[in-house]
Amino acid sequence: MSLVGNIERQLVWDRLLAIVEDQAQTLMRTAFSPVVREAGDLSAGVFSTKGEMLAQAITGTPGHVNAMARSVPNFLAEVPISKMKEGDVLLTNDPWLATGHLNDFTLVTPTFLNGEVVALFASTSHIADVGGRGFGPDANEVYEEGIQIPITYLFKQGQVQSELLRLIRANVRDPVVAEGDLYSLTACNNVGAEKLIDTMNEFQLNDLSNISDMILNTSRVAMHQEIQKLQDGTYRYDMTVDGYDQPVQVVCALTIIGDRIVIDFTGTSGVSRYGINVPLPYCEAYASFGVRCLIGNDIPNNAGSLAPIEVVAPAGCILNAEPPCAVSARHTLGQMLPDVVIGCLSQVLPDEVPCEGASCIWNPVLMSDSTASMNFNAPEFVINPIFNGGTGARVHKDGLSTTAFPSGVRTTSTEVNEITSPLVFLRREYLKDSGGAGKHRGGLGQIIEIAHTHKAPFVLSKMFERVQHPARGRSGGLDGAVGRVYLKEGEEYSGKGKEWIPAGATLVFETPGGGGWGDPTSRTESMIRADVESDLVSQD
Amino acid sequence: MKGKNALAVDIGGTFTDVVLQLNQRLHATKVLTTRDDPSEAVIAGIQQLFKESGVSAEHISLVLHGTTLATNAIIERRGAKTALLTTAGHRDILEMAFENRFEQYDVNIERPTPLVPRKLRIPIAERVTANGDILVPLDESSVQQSIDLLLEEEVESVAIGFLHAYRNGDHEARVADLVRDRMNSVPLSLSSDVCPEIREYERLSTTCANAYVLPLMSKYLLSLQEKLNALDFRCPYLMMTSGGGLTSLETAAKYPIRLVESGPAGGAILACVIARELALDQVLSFDMGGTTAKLCLLDQGKTILSRAFEVDRTYRFKKGSGLPVRIPVIEMVEIGAGGGSIAQVDKLGRIQIGPESAGSTPGPACYGSGGTEPTVTDADCVLGRLDPNNFAGGQLQLDTPAATQAISTKVGNPLELSLKDTALGISEIVDENMTAAAQSHATEWGKSVHNRTLIAFGGAAPLHAARMLEKMNLARVIIPEGAGVGSAIGFIFAPISYEVVRSRHLLLSEFDEKLVNEIIQDMREEANAVVASALQFSEEVTETATAFMRYVGQGHEVTVSFGADSINRQLLQQNFENTYTELYGKLIPGAEIEVMSWTLNVSTKTQGIESVEDSGHDSASVNESLKIHELVDIHGTHKATVVGRETLSPDTAVEGPALITEKHTTTVVPLGYQVRKLIPSNHLSLERMST
Repeated sequence: MSLVGNIERQLVWDRLLAIVEDQAQTLMRTAFSPVVREAGDLSAGVFSTKGEMLAQAITGTPGHVNAMARSVPNFLAEVPISKMKEGDVLLTNDPWLATGHLNDFTLVTPTFLNGEVVALFASTSHIADVGGRGFGPDANEVYEEGIQIPITYLFKQGQVQSELLRLIRANVRDPVVAEGDLYSLTACNNVGAEKLIDTMNEFQLNDLSNISDMILNTSRVAMHQEIQKLQDGTYRYDMTVDGYDQPVQVVCALTIIGDRIVIDFTGTSGVSRYGINVPLPYCEAYASFGVRCLIGNDIPNNAGSLAPIEVVAPAGCILNAEPPCAVSARHTLGQMLPDVVIGCLSQVLPDEVPCEGASCIWNPVLMSDSTASMNFNAPEFVINPIFNGGTGARVHKDGLSTTAFPSGVRTTSTEVNEITSPLVFLRREYLKDSGGAGKHRGGLGQIIEIAHTHKAPFVLSKMFERVQHPARGRSGGLDGAVGRVYLKEGEEYSGKGKEWIPAGATLVFETPGGGGWGDPTSRTESMIRADVESDLVSQD
Repeated sequence: MKGKNALAVDIGGTFTDVVLQLNQRLHATKVLTTRDDPSEAVIAGIQQLFKESGVSAEHISLVLHGTTLATNAIIERRGAKTALLTTAGHRDILEMAFENRFEQYDVNIERPTPLVPRKLRIPIAERVTANGDILVPLDESSVQQSIDLLLEEEVESVAIGFLHAYRNGDHEARVADLVRDRMNSVPLSLSSDVCPEIREYERLSTTCANAYVLPLMSKYLLSLQEKLNALDFRCPYLMMTSGGGLTSLETAAKYPIRLVESGPAGGAILACVIARELALDQVLSFDMGGTTAKLCLLDQGKTILSRAFEVDRTYRFKKGSGLPVRIPVIEMVEIGAGGGSIAQVDKLGRIQIGPESAGSTPGPACYGSGGTEPTVTDADCVLGRLDPNNFAGGQLQLDTPAATQAISTKVGNPLELSLKDTALGISEIVDENMTAAAQSHATEWGKSVHNRTLIAFGGAAPLHAARMLEKMNLARVIIPEGAGVGSAIGFIFAPISYEVVRSRHLLLSEFDEKLVNEIIQDMREEANAVVASALQFSEEVTETATAFMRYVGQGHEVTVSFGADSINRQLLQQNFENTYTELYGKLIPGAEIEVMSWTLNVSTKTQGIESVEDSGHDSASVNESLKIHELVDIHGTHKATVVGRETLSPDTAVEGPALITEKHTTTVVPLGYQVRKLIPSNHLSLERMST
């Protein structure tokens, strides 16, 4: 080889990034849960034998990825590398050991070369139903939220653990989907493992230790350098969010010390009686994403680039909720954390950070009411569509209308929602005037109207944010519109909990708009004209 | 092809390639694309070849044409002023798209601008449900009001797209009638006609893209026809589609969106023909031009056909940053890796290549036209893969010092690497990007690159093919005759074909043979009519039917082939399970299976090459052979022999290190490899020598 070794290591690194992308694509294509297959609510990555994340698929959602990054060491603590055998597959859905609620199953598969473990592939997907009360924030303890599987074997030396599958099947509402998704996770890790072995053979590698060191060191050093460019100091930002029965104060102090960042949530409200509590790994995941999407955002996400960021949340606060707190809808709070971190960073990088946005995805669970279905002769169904509000205005341009941020999911097609349920989506379009005004306007939310084609009653599980507390504008920009949930016939609902939608009624959602940036009177004539012409903004 | 004199024209972003097949001989030329009126370059190229070959228009029996004009019109937003009449309450489908960010870690991304602005997305009171029932009857007065607006706005093209129109297109058809009554000449694109498939965003995106390029394309096609007629052409014209089949001018003008990826499709067809000619079961075709590389898998001489394509990927060619169109396409992967792709160093000290390209102006630094960014071609130049005095048939003197300067300043110095190591690094990374793309693409389709033969064409591919062989551990690459104009040559061999789709949901457990046969018959009639319109005389046709199937509860379908005249439930299930196993390994025990959509493709047979004799009439004067040139590769520095391709004799192999030069490209033969000319095809076969 006349080429310097570094370039060869870059080639292997690039290959790892391509392999985890294939892993994620396989997961999406084979998944059963609609939010995974249609919306990409998943994550996939490859890990060193020490449990360090080396590469992650861009496909996926940050809450999963960064939390999964922290979960692999938990698997290794339970089953050390020396005990792993070829064909083993481990799994758990423990919210504190993996990605924050029982719906997320994380699978870890050791990859063997010449009888030795050379890497681990991990993947997470959201399984539609895990029993209990169903996906929603109404439980008071995790025990009510469904079946909980500690770290255990799904496959042992290639043999599926059928007793475990029987147990899972017996505890969930849609056993076919749950089992199908576990197979899909297994398949995607296998695809990753096969390709890794091909790559190692091609480059004549017996292990990944040199490559791992290079990836992690290069990424860590680059991230340190990026942080070093920023002004040292402690930057504070608070945000009040709706919560379930009472508002939650999120209090944050972000400290830049040399080449490190510490994000401290001391002062944040205590745990809730309902399922909006956040386990620490999930809090770390979204808080660190708030940094990573702005600082060194072209450095691949891995254990090295995440290392310079430390997240602190005192035990007992809602962002470090311990068992047996209910955590099912932990995303409603978790997805607000990047806005808080970005609020702190707005003091260091005033020209680069966006305003607050809708942030939390609006993913209602819509399902049949079993007894009412019998009376109205309407089919049983459950769908979990995803709708988004507007993102915050950027300093140099408008926010994005109806776009997921920080979540990485996609929406689901209206036609597909209608073919898989007896619901009809009478309206789904931009909501005029919902973006916060400013020199640059916040992204718009949307309005959705839903009715039952048989005029039967149905059930709604709500886990929405920014119904009471809007996305705030910055530098003179105005707040975005708050979200709303109501019946066209008149009744107004809160943002969380379960409702029975009466027979023949039309349910309406309005997703929140993003906050605006800068004085609205300084918006250019042409931008105002374009908005009015498109009927996105009223004429005044 | 016997006795057929065909003329093929491929309009690309930079060059227009014209190929004349005359009594088994190929004549080819490349002329610069004329952007304002693309037919000018076409005519110029044709006249050049006529002069060279001494024939005239009356000798030509068929004109074949492919073009990127539709793609470019979308990329540059130069299409017609288009309106969309759509279901009231859903006017933003086109703009809300998937509601996602295609790049997670960039807060400053912009979503693609929709082809139809909001004020021209006009709500119509009507609603069809998922099973095709009418929930809200069409309000014809709201249609009349919208037509007032269309007239007032002087709209040039109209798309009509209602929810669930793939299931029941009556409302769309009625609105079309009403529009036609008052706007006689405005072209209409109906979603139930252009793309009758479930999923409203993709269907409407396709329909609007069709409407957007329709006026421009039909005008262009008409103008070209007139110019050809003026030259006394008396033969039929056929258009190449992205699905790899030819279609009539009338069909092309009605569904111009089907033309978007026609150039690359031509290349894939050429690879198919060569694969069959040389009996190569497993092939990877590798088409590397100035801006992108296209890689395509062929098994038993056949490509994979799919229906998912994205136009105008604005963000580093990233998936999701473009506009989805659902049309029949030859499945291939396209990445920003071409001769013009620019190399730079990122903040991690990694060399990154592309997707930005130096294009044709200023072009790579070595073109000496003022380019200062180091490109892949500059690296090739520094590594001795190009003969500076004989580039593009001697038309362009390469400026090696400028290449050296660009590479050292922008990449070598920051990384503290020597010039050779830097150039090798650039070449290695681009080769690796292409290798990774090929492997990833193979995985996506449940296949592997192992044991394939590479077929390399396009200006830059023969320079990189040998290293790609090494990287993928393959044994052999074929460099076709006329490699530099491979896509246009592919047109000559393409079949006449047409594919139609229907979305009709069906549980396999409730399989209804009568219903399915009705759907197939319906598609058969539509496809046959289109194919017949393009045929000069009756020809035998073949049918390929597919079903898009999945387990109930999954969101993505797998494409399952079946025989259109022998369909039954057991067969479908068996074919689904075979395909699923091939793609994903394990079946899901006990899960129910469903079909979402059906397609039928009617096609004539792909032409074969029948003893193309003595086709080495590349018009360029190539250099004298046996020059010696310094060639650097990953294994060291070598003295390479330079040989003109036309001087190769069929019975002697040339051993590497060597460069085989021809007008539009150069084949690099490294140490340990040999190249020989195949008879009678005149393709080059580059192989690893046994050690």
